[in-house]
Formats: sequence, C-alpha cells, structure tokens
Amino acid sequence: MPPPLHLAVELDGDGAHPAAWRRSRHTPEQSFVPGRVRQLVQHAENAGFTLATFDDSLLPPGGGVAGRIGAVERAAFAAASTSVLGLAPVVATTYTEPFHVASQLASLDFVSTGRAGWLVVTSPEPAVAAALGRPVVGGEAALRREARDAVLVNRDLWDSWEDDAAIRDVATGRYLDRTKLHYVDFVGETYSVKGPAIVPRPPQGQLVVFAPAGLLPTDQVDVELVTAADVAGVAAAGTGAGLRFAEVEVALDTAAAAAPDRLGALDAHAGRPATGRLRHVGSAAGLVALLTELARVADGVRLHPLVLDDDLQELSARVLPALFEAGVAARPVAGSTLRSTFGLPRPQNRFAAEEVSA
Amino acid sequence: MTGSTADLPRPDAQLHLGVFFQGVNHWTIWSEPESGSQIDFASFRRMITTAERGLFDAFFLGEGLRLRESGGQIHELDVAGRPDAITQLAALAALTTRIGLVATQNTTFNEPADLARRLSGLDLLSAGRAGWNVVTTDNAWTGENFRRGGFLDHADRYLRAEQFLDVARAMWDSWSGDWAGTAGSSAWARPGSITPVRATTAQFDVDIAPTLPRSPQGHPVIFQAGDSGEGRDFAARNAEVIFSAHGSDFDDALAFATDMRARLRAVGRPEDDLKILPGTEIIIGDTEEEAEEKARWIRMRQVTQATALAIAGQVWGFDLAGRDADGPLPAEDPVVAEPTGTMGTRRWTDPRTIVQRWRDVAEAEKLTLRETVIRLGPQRGHVGTPSGLADKFAHFARAGALDGFNVSPYFTPDGLDDIVDRLVPELQERGVYRTAYTGTTLREHLGLREPLTRRPSV
Repeated sequence: MPPPLHLAVELDGDGAHPAAWRRSRHTPEQSFVPGRVRQLVQHAENAGFTLATFDDSLLPPGGGVAGRIGAVERAAFAAASTSVLGLAPVVATTYTEPFHVASQLASLDFVSTGRAGWLVVTSPEPAVAAALGRPVVGGEAALRREARDAVLVNRDLWDSWEDDAAIRDVATGRYLDRTKLHYVDFVGETYSVKGPAIVPRPPQGQLVVFAPAGLLPTDQVDVELVTAADVAGVAAAGTGAGLRFAEVEVALDTAAAAAPDRLGALDAHAGRPATGRLRHVGSAAGLVALLTELARVADGVRLHPLVLDDDLQELSARVLPALFEAGVAARPVAGSTLRSTFGLPRPQNRFAAEEVSA
Repeated sequence: MTGSTADLPRPDAQLHLGVFFQGVNHWTIWSEPESGSQIDFASFRRMITTAERGLFDAFFLGEGLRLRESGGQIHELDVAGRPDAITQLAALAALTTRIGLVATQNTTFNEPADLARRLSGLDLLSAGRAGWNVVTTDNAWTGENFRRGGFLDHADRYLRAEQFLDVARAMWDSWSGDWAGTAGSSAWARPGSITPVRATTAQFDVDIAPTLPRSPQGHPVIFQAGDSGEGRDFAARNAEVIFSAHGSDFDDALAFATDMRARLRAVGRPEDDLKILPGTEIIIGDTEEEAEEKARWIRMRQVTQATALAIAGQVWGFDLAGRDADGPLPAEDPVVAEPTGTMGTRRWTDPRTIVQRWRDVAEAEKLTLRETVIRLGPQRGHVGTPSGLADKFAHFARAGALDGFNVSPYFTPDGLDDIVDRLVPELQERGVYRTAYTGTTLREHLGLREPLTRRPSV
C-alpha cells in the first residue's frame, strides 16, 4: 500500500464554481462575518483534512462576487480557531513586498505553532498593477522571475535569525547574539533586500512552500500542485520537485440532487473557466475510488469543492471516513507541524550551515 | 486632590485603557524568571486575555521594518523579534470578543490598495474592533528592505500619509451600505452599489476595485502618535485617538490636551472628537514606599549596566563598553560630531551641553553613571498604590488632561495582572471606569462618532 494520501481542501469564497454563492446557505453579507471563516475551517478540521488553502487576489473574485477578506488574515484567524489543520494562504509575488510577506508568513507560522504554508502565485492581470500604481510586470519570464526572487528572499529572511539568536545573557546584558543574526543582502534584477527579518525564525524553520508545477526553480518548492485531466496525466505531470499534489474539482451527489444536475444548474448561471483540472462529478464512492487510485501516483490532492456548503458536508460524511477506514489517508496527528505531517524534515538554517562549513 | 469632583470640567469623564505589547526597546525586562517569550503566541494570548478581562479598550502592536542597529551593528541589548501586527491581531480576533485590536502600519513602505484591504479584513474578522496607528518614515536605512528603497523626502512624509489616508477612506466608503441584494436576488451585489476608487495625486496614481464592505464600526479607528507641530496638525485633521508622551506630569498633560483641542477647533472638529491616550508605565505597590522600591528595582533591570553604557556612549560620542556604569561619569569630554541617525530621530543638541547637565545632576544628587541615565531618562509614568493612582487618574480625566492611558507593561506576558486585578477595581469604585463593555466595537468603546468621511455634511 502506498503511503497515506495527504488531503487538502480549498476554502475560498463559497466554492470552486463561480455561481457557488447561489447555492450557499448564507447571504452574501454573511461572507464577511468572522463566524463564516471559523465554521469552514472547523468543518475541514473535524472532517480530517490535513490542510486548508485560501485563494486570494487584490482583484474581485469574479462570477459576480465582488469581495473577499485577505487570505493571510483569514488563515491567521483560522489558526486560532483550529488546532491541527494546516493553513496555506495564497500570497502573490509580482508586486507585493517580499519583506512584508516574509513577516506575515512567519507570523502565521507562530500563531499556528508550525502549521503554516505558502501557496505561491503570480499576478498576471494588469489591473493589479493599476490598483497599486505600478508599471505592469508583463510576460511569463518576468512573472516567474518575480516569483522566484520573492521565494528566495522569503527563505533567506526566515533563516536570517538562527533558532537560538535570543540568548538573554544576563552577564553581558545582551538579549540577542548578533553573530546569530544575518543580513540577507539579496540583490535581484529588480530590487534588493538587506535584512535580517523583524520576526524570529518561524517554528518550522521554513514554511511549506506550495506552487503550481513549473513556476519555481525545483530547489525552491516543497509541494508541486499538478493540473491534469486524468490519473495518467497526473502521473506524468510536474517536474518531480518536492511532493506532488493533484488538483481535483469535486461535485458530489447530495440527498437533494445528483451531482451532474447540481453542476448543470450552476453552469446555467455562469460558465466555468476551463481549468484543465481532474474533475469528479458523481457519487462519494466514485470519489473514494478515484482518490485511492491517485494515491498511487500522487503524494496528496487538493480538492476544490463545487459548493462548499454542500460538498464539504458530503466529503466529511462519506468520503474522508471511507479513506481513513481503508488506510488510503490519515488524519493529521495533534501537535504535528505541517512539515512533519508531510514527512519533510525541519531544514537546517542556511546561514548557520555556512558558518559550520566555512 | 484638588477641589471637589463637581468643580472639574468633566465630572463624568471615563478613563480608557489600552495595552501596548512592546517588542523593542529596553523598557521590557527580559532577564527575570517572570520574563516570558516575546514571540510565542501564548504570550500574546495571555496578555490580551488579561486586558479583555480588565475591560480595556484596545490591545496595541507596534511595527518593525528593520532590526535596530547601533554603531552600524545590530543592537543586542533589548528585546527584539516581533510579529507582523495585522496577522497577529487577526489571530487574536478569534480568541477575543470585545477588545479593540490596533495595528501600527506605516504609510511609506505600504500601498493603500493592499494595506486598506488588510485593515478592512481585520475589522471584519473582529466584527468592528480594528484600529490603525498611522506612522510615517522617510528613512533610507529602512528602505533597504523594500523594493523602492528610501524614496521619500523627509518633507513629504505627512503629505504621503494624508494622501494615503484619503485613498484608504475612499476604499472603505466604496461599498454602499445596502450593497447586498435582497433575498432571492439574481445578483450577488446590487448593481451600481460598489464604486471604483481612482486617485491621481502627487504620491498615488491608482485605480482600485475595492473588495470589502464596511465593518460594524464603519472604518477602523485612526490612531496617531506624532508629537511635532506637523504631527499634531495631522492628528487634528485625521486622527480619532492620539498617543502622546504627555501623561506623567499633570500640567504637561493638560497643556498638551489644551493644545490639541485648539488644533481641533481650528479644523472645525468638536473638542471631544480626538481621544488622548498617553503612553505610560504603571508600577503598583501596597504602600507608596513599596511602590517606589519596586520602581527602583524595575529601573535597574530596564537600564542594565550595558544599556546605561550604550545610552551614555551615544551622548559622549564614543564607545564606553567595559566601563563601570555603577561608578562615576566618564571624565572625558564628549566627541562633537553629527549623529549617524540610526538610533533614532531625536533632534541634535550639542553633546557638551548635555554632558554638563549630566555632571551637574550627578554632582548635586551624588549619582552614579547608571543612576544618572535613569534620573535623566524619559519620565515613565506612574508609581503608587492602587487607591492613590486611582485618585490621581480620576483627577487627570475629570480635569480634561487626558482620556486614558496606553499602558506599557514591563513584563511579558503577565505585566498587566496588577493593573487589572488591583487598579481597575479602584477606578471602577470611583465611577471613572466601565464595569462592563457596553458596546461591541472599538469605536463604541472609545465613545467616538462616525468616521470623519461618513458624517452628514455640516
């Protein structure tokens, strides 16, 4: 039997379908109350998911939906509302300040005591540049360069404090030992960052970095998200860097309606952009079979429920219990960090490592 | 105390308390068994829970954008290493129900489209408890951590802050109050209910489709801390709470409050439209003597040998490491040179003048170097018994010298316990402090009006 399949779920908005809000059991206004975030993440945690992700953009989500709370803020609130669920916000890299991003993500790791990840994306839309008053960063190469540099700077800043930099040495009156703090002196093509970080090294040392396959250099990514239309495609997709998680869209049969009918009704309201993702539209048992098959070719899956209020319920009641029962997947263990759940070691500090080898 | 309560201008005044979880500078004692973690979430949870139990208005976090240095090297002597304020407060929002959550964020190395949205998110996740302490920096040294580097002229820092606030407020006002369609409506939001924000100013050229509605308190509450004339005018035009450094001496506090009220009148705002919360430290003992003894114990741990030598070294202009801070002042004359500026932004004074004053005081009061540093350092607030302090604070508030305090505990995370358990009941007994939260938002706790851009035009 392959190792347990890691189960992640995307919790943005009302679900993966642009018209999902029409089937939600709350009004649009209730999208912005704290109870909504708490209810979603506690549902995901109780169901046994290992990880929740939160999509984000400076731009409106689309499909007529005009708003969402920032992913880092939602993830931080979620961290204090849960105890074992991993939390990975989307944070874009094209125009954001890497120094701010590194502080936010390190803080998320502290408030979640080591359960944080980062889902790295780019902002290809010129409207993001217009919102920030910046020149457009255009073209694949430039977007990839900014993503790479942002991740490099974040990783450097997370390591810029050694774990034992706060020494509290009463004899010499020193709280810090400056030899355990490091200027990162990053110099890229478009900007430079001096460091060190303002936040100490996060509990996991380095957060778990997720990215769509191929976006980042292979040595910068911990988990690749692969998009393919079928299991064979998943097996062949990706660059082989880090763990491989398959993106899977899910519409399940409910007591009220069969999955194809649910999907059809939503499609009548709003077309779906072609994502190229593997999709399951049907029974819970069918999804269990698909995920069991995927466990042979992927380390994990990220599920995109069609309508969170309906499909999360079905996943929780019928799909995850069957996977746990069959040993295909496992609940995260209380007290684990996200890295340890994924079987990733806590990395040695790059700056401390340099000193040792010097 | 002076006169009877009824003679004072504000006999019904209420004190408001905030707590500043400090993350930098030598006022936080890190050397004792009581000194907890400065970064573990449990410390923040502990302190905010105590503050909410004590019915505080707000929990306040500072901001760091570069680790402090002295003499071109990372400053080692003080606590350091702190979280991103908004991220931390969003987590704390999930653990609290009433207390306000105030984030210090600067307007130089942020952009409105991002920061105003993050503050809105905090405001919504806390159901109307967010505050924003608006700060400026023009420091090229800080800029080394950011894409644009040190791009802003000193003279433009408040200009940028004001234009930043204008864009932020436009974003917060961009969703009409009735944006949500009625039940069964075919649209998620009522058509035309969300207005894009376009602004072209000296500092900004932006076109934003804001993504968040207003919270139950309308806008995050605006805090400000600048003490220069320019800073005070900025506060009079924009702020709803001002953190001042004028809360130890009654006459100084009253003079500051009187000055701020004049500035408010000058811009057409009511005198009570800006709440004055000086930063302070509160040291409590069973008797006055015990409190004074405790204060001496605290000062000696805040101003350690090494810290005293570092502070004196700044004045003398050369390294004093290795000297005895518990001995006499250095015999040498100070080195006269322009400051490098990395330790702070204090106005430059000829060090010979400062050293002469230090010598005069040390001589007259028979003080060691360290005692002189403590004696001439900033006045750090109030020392006394619970009842003595409550009498004093009630008088400050009723006389109109301030609206409350932003308390800086000297211990993390238990430094508020004394204040909540011993001072708060005394204040309540005097009718000058709430016995229960009566509202749910920070704006309600502080007794503030609608946000400035949301009032009926006068």
